[in-house]
Amino acid sequence: MAVIPVEHGLMLATVLFSIGLLGLLVRRNILYMLMSVEIMLNAAGLAFIVAGARWSQPDGQIMFMIILTMAAAEVAVALALVLRFYRQFQTLDTDAANTMRG
Amino acid sequence: MNYVFYIAAAVAVFSTLMAITRANAVHALLYMITSLLSSSLIFFVLGAPYIAALQAIVYAGAIMVLFVFIIMMLNQGPASTEQERVWISGKTWVGPTMLCAVLLAELIWIVRGDPAWLPGKTIIHPKDVSKALYGPYILVIELASMLLTAGLVGAYHLGRREPERREGES
Amino acid sequence: MNFVNSLLWTIPALPLAGFITLALFGDRIARRSVSRIAVGTVSLSALLALVFAFRFVTAPPEGQAFQQALWSWIHVGSFSVDAALRLDSLSMVMVLVVTVIGALIHLYSTEYMADDESYTRFFAYLNLFVAAMLTLVLADNLLFLFLGWEGVGLCSFLLIGFWYEDPKNGRAAAKAFLVTRIGDVFMLIGMLLLFWHFGTLHIQTLLGAVNTEGHSWHLTLAALLLLGGAIGKSGQVPLQVWLPDAMAGPTPVSALIHAATMVTAGVYLIARMNPIFIHAPGIQHLVAVIGAVTLLIAGLCALAQRDIKRVLAYSTVSQIGYMFLALGAGAWSAAMFHFFTHAIFKALLFMAAGAIIVALHHEQDMFKMGGLRRRMPLVFWTYLIGSLSLAALPLVTAGFYSKDKILFEVFTSEHGKLLWAVGVAGAFITALYTFRMNFLVFFGTQKSEIHKGTGLAMALPLMLLAAGATVVGFFELPAVFGHFTLFSSFIEHTLPGTHGDHASHSLELMLMAVSTAAVFAGIAVAYFIWGSAAKKSSDVTKRPLSRLLASGMGFDWLYERAIVSPYSAGARANAADAVNALYTALVSGIEAIAFSLARTQSGRLRWYMAAIAFGAVVGILLVVYA
Repeated sequence: MAVIPVEHGLMLATVLFSIGLLGLLVRRNILYMLMSVEIMLNAAGLAFIVAGARWSQPDGQIMFMIILTMAAAEVAVALALVLRFYRQFQTLDTDAANTMRG
Repeated sequence: MNYVFYIAAAVAVFSTLMAITRANAVHALLYMITSLLSSSLIFFVLGAPYIAALQAIVYAGAIMVLFVFIIMMLNQGPASTEQERVWISGKTWVGPTMLCAVLLAELIWIVRGDPAWLPGKTIIHPKDVSKALYGPYILVIELASMLLTAGLVGAYHLGRREPERREGES
Repeated sequence: MNFVNSLLWTIPALPLAGFITLALFGDRIARRSVSRIAVGTVSLSALLALVFAFRFVTAPPEGQAFQQALWSWIHVGSFSVDAALRLDSLSMVMVLVVTVIGALIHLYSTEYMADDESYTRFFAYLNLFVAAMLTLVLADNLLFLFLGWEGVGLCSFLLIGFWYEDPKNGRAAAKAFLVTRIGDVFMLIGMLLLFWHFGTLHIQTLLGAVNTEGHSWHLTLAALLLLGGAIGKSGQVPLQVWLPDAMAGPTPVSALIHAATMVTAGVYLIARMNPIFIHAPGIQHLVAVIGAVTLLIAGLCALAQRDIKRVLAYSTVSQIGYMFLALGAGAWSAAMFHFFTHAIFKALLFMAAGAIIVALHHEQDMFKMGGLRRRMPLVFWTYLIGSLSLAALPLVTAGFYSKDKILFEVFTSEHGKLLWAVGVAGAFITALYTFRMNFLVFFGTQKSEIHKGTGLAMALPLMLLAAGATVVGFFELPAVFGHFTLFSSFIEHTLPGTHGDHASHSLELMLMAVSTAAVFAGIAVAYFIWGSAAKKSSDVTKRPLSRLLASGMGFDWLYERAIVSPYSAGARANAADAVNALYTALVSGIEAIAFSLARTQSGRLRWYMAAIAFGAVVGILLVVYA
């Protein structure tokens, strides 16, 4: 049973979250952007687990399960969208889909 | 067992960094699975064995398999890897990195605190989680089921191949 | 018994119901049914009015007035207005005139308008007018009265512009509406002043308060403002310019609205609010002066008109001038009596003129008529009776008794001698233009073909009104002829009595002789100028004086130069709208900001992500350091 300071857990979560955000901002390929989103979601879940462990309550884990469910649903829809996107533009470059510019 | 946490955390950070910098999609995906599995280990260490199992099964298993399928369907070849390499090089990194660094600094500023908070003293068993889930959080089950149904319908609808366009329609 | 009294509301409601039926379902109803509904509702109202008149005499109601509160109309704080009706002897006279003459004119219109495409629309408007006019005279508070007042104004506008395909008619309607609106604004301000000072708009309460308060500058100002409303509605100098142009409407409309009823609303208003004028003697004198000036100016203008309806219009203005003269001289019942007889004989004249106009295929120029005496005997005789009544031929006509009563009471009132002289001059002019009209239209050689005879629906009202124009005069006989005062004793339940009763009979006879002489002189002069065929010429309008008179003494010209032109010039100068520039600048400024913000909508997903991240950075910064 590890005894880890809570801020170390939370710091790990923020680091992972920031890396995910970095990936989201840097990559142009929609597939990598989706992966980055998954990383960010996972980091948020990690924060919940750390917080749940801090008070020894199951609530944090339940929140993680909500995130998990949401991630699963999101990935299913998003990957369907990626297929559509590819059929429409023959590329995965999100900058190609700029027809809604003002 | 503290060192297990720190090793796992180092692996997670490293593999995540690798995941977002790879030009080859399959490589990126493999790094990402590594990252998720190390998160799973961290959950276990923090006293959440049930979630650790779910993380390995659902995230690293099911979700990532979906990505693999999509990559196969899109049939990304060496040309696209080359394309990625061009896109992720050079000064593309400067602005986002600075922005993320500031955000990270702020978040760490927020979470730095009293070291006396020591989580993970007790293990929360799947039984406890399940009791909470089917007790006060019963609505969460319902919401989750609806969300998954919506995801299912949405994915089916969007993923369907469009019927051939008839003559005369633009 | 009380059940009958509680039917008071149906008098205005019946024509209103007729209007609503015709307005909503008019296009699905056959013409015969349209006329049945229109004539039927007004006739029923007239019958009810007669029943009420009968009951008023046989079983006088408490306080000499039938009252009925319908519902609470407006209730805001201490301001409370009920939709309530009050039928006293003054409104009784008005209601009888409006409903009975209204019913006859409706009947007449079924033939007059028979060939018109917008038959239903015409009767809908006419019914609405009757309903509004009845609201005006039955209302027991000023605001409800004002509702009727504006209602008749609206109907007048709609009916003057009834044949709106001709832009000339539309302009006449707009002119009538705008000029009367000037008066209405005065009246509204007057009402507000009264409410501000007395805290009520209920007429009886208000008049009671006026009588206890006595003379004050509030009352003088309120009287002046109400007078402004009255002269606008009744076409008195200087707001008389709309009435001659109002003849653009169909002739039954001219008969009903612009002769018998609506234009006398001003007279009714002043008579109704008489305590206010009594306590403002200066303004009351102004009423008399306005009346005298108007009757003279309008009479002179009538002399030079070619259009038969315009002669009658100026004559109406002139006769209402007599009523104002009487009101100003404190001869309240004489004014109402003249209103009563005038409504009958002027409606008769208009309807007879309408019969001629229809017969001559909408020819209104008197110089193109002539010699109609033998071809249209019925119209000739009824028109002659009406004319004699208008010219006040002694003893046998209603107009004589009412006009004579006015002149007598004006003479005996304070400072009345000069006004009386003007009135007698007016009587001379009245006889002159009336018989000019008669000689031109009915005598001499015939110049136009008659296309169409006069049917029963038109003949019947003519005959009834011709009988009325003779008989109603005997309702009120002067002291020298037996002193029979049916009308004034009836009306004096509501209006203050007269002051001339103590005058000697010899004076009365002498005054009568003078006015009689004036009338005969007028007829004689008319015969010498226009009676003989040889001298009848159509070129009178060439002479400058005639041109001035024909154009209505240049009032239109003056208003055009002094008010309309500067106003339109100002409007044209401000066509770009200086004030609007501020708002235009505001709009284009916002537009510029919006367009510059729109450029951030690059359509690039990563920029949006960056914006969200930047927002998070700033937000967290605020949370942490604030």
